Amino acid sequence: MHHLKIVAVILAMVAPAMAARPANAAQANVAVAANFTDAANEIQAVFARSTGHEAVLSFGATGQFYTQISQGAPFDVFLAADDERPALAVSEGYGVDGTVFTYAIGQLVLYSADASGVVGTETLRAGAFQKLAIANPSTAPYGRAAVEAMKALGAFDSLETKIVHGQSIAQAFQFVETGNAELGFVALGQVSQMGSGSRWIVPQEYYGPIKQDAVLLKGGEDNEAAIAFLEFLKSEEATAIIRKFGYEAGL
Amino acid sequence: MALFSIGGRALSDELWSPIWLTIQLAGITTFTLLIVGIPIAWWLAWTTSRWREVVGAIVALPLVLPPTVLGFYILVALGPQGLGGWFGHLAGVRSFAFTFEGLILGSVISSLPFMVQPVRNSFEAMGRRPLEVAATLRASPWDRFVTIALPLALPGLLTGAVLTFAHTIGEFGVILMIGGNIPGETRVLSIAVYDFVETLRWREAHILSVGMLVFSFVVILLVSLLARKSKGRAL
Repeated sequence: MHHLKIVAVILAMVAPAMAARPANAAQANVAVAANFTDAANEIQAVFARSTGHEAVLSFGATGQFYTQISQGAPFDVFLAADDERPALAVSEGYGVDGTVFTYAIGQLVLYSADASGVVGTETLRAGAFQKLAIANPSTAPYGRAAVEAMKALGAFDSLETKIVHGQSIAQAFQFVETGNAELGFVALGQVSQMGSGSRWIVPQEYYGPIKQDAVLLKGGEDNEAAIAFLEFLKSEEATAIIRKFGYEAGL
Repeated sequence: MALFSIGGRALSDELWSPIWLTIQLAGITTFTLLIVGIPIAWWLAWTTSRWREVVGAIVALPLVLPPTVLGFYILVALGPQGLGGWFGHLAGVRSFAFTFEGLILGSVISSLPFMVQPVRNSFEAMGRRPLEVAATLRASPWDRFVTIALPLALPGLLTGAVLTFAHTIGEFGVILMIGGNIPGETRVLSIAVYDFVETLRWREAHILSVGMLVFSFVVILLVSLLARKSKGRAL
């Protein structure tokens, strides 16, 4: 008797929430590269408003997501920070053939929470700092781009001992924001909407282009919301948001 | 450094460095906690202060707090705006995050209950009698502590030391948040395993993980044997 009462109470609480969703609305689980967090949140809100579908976002490093996906993580869509893992996902049978496209091209910035912390290449060459945060180069494309840029500038050897790795670009950014590292290589998308701090946009010639590809995963092949979300990413509305956050998009 | 070989292949520096670093971290943490933990356990065992259980609860906090909460506070504390920055200023460093010293502090805090609880328990199990008897024989307080209390509490001390060592080796969450994954400085075993898994280098991940599995089993067995022994003594 007692148990029935509890079940009834739970049902009474849950039922209105369930009823509130439109009959045709679906839900898609989306794995999002950490650098794209802010843009993805804004896109998610607009997507929900215009389609009624819900995109549930998870954020992390591209390499970590790929490992999880290869072990059957329940994601329907993968927004990577590179063009390697989505292609690999298709060739390894985790992604749907023909669904890969570039949703954004990222830009690397050298960032400091201090308004006068970053001037340009001379900031790196002078080396007047103790810690430089980057994303883990083996799992995060922005980390790899940061290493490429330092090597191209001839500053890598002198800076190597000052480098600290965040597990994702989000943690690298956090290390700089908390002041534990004076400088960090992060994505322009993370800092473009911020009024404080100082930054230097690393010229594209110093690192391989950060082509961020999206792919529909096998788990989401028949998921209406997942397919709609990828379509929506290509829309004028979404690419405008992506550009606003400092990426190239809609090429 | 090819001190060990597995399957005919030498254990590379990339694998050996986190193992050695982790052993150093666990060793220093255990030593530090013996010095810090024994007085706390002693006080908790004998005090009549009404703050006793409050202090006991604070010591036990790391047992139940998520490592992320500990990691968050330790990161802030180590940083330029925290105590770490203040001390660091004297030593000429900006922040103790991402340093081996920072990891020691984090490990000491998160392993505190693993040292204090078993030592406190064995002091309490010993009771006041042996100390009172020694006092009537005019043993000084320090003499009583060193020649009576410490030897009687030895199983508890050993249990505390083994648990602290093992727990530090197994620590992950706090170190992920304050470490920065620097090879030879903060890239300890658990972080290395995580990295190898995430980069699909499972051969390396397996080598380290099997080692951890065997080690952890031996530790648990050792602690159980110690517990049996101390029970036998109490009877």
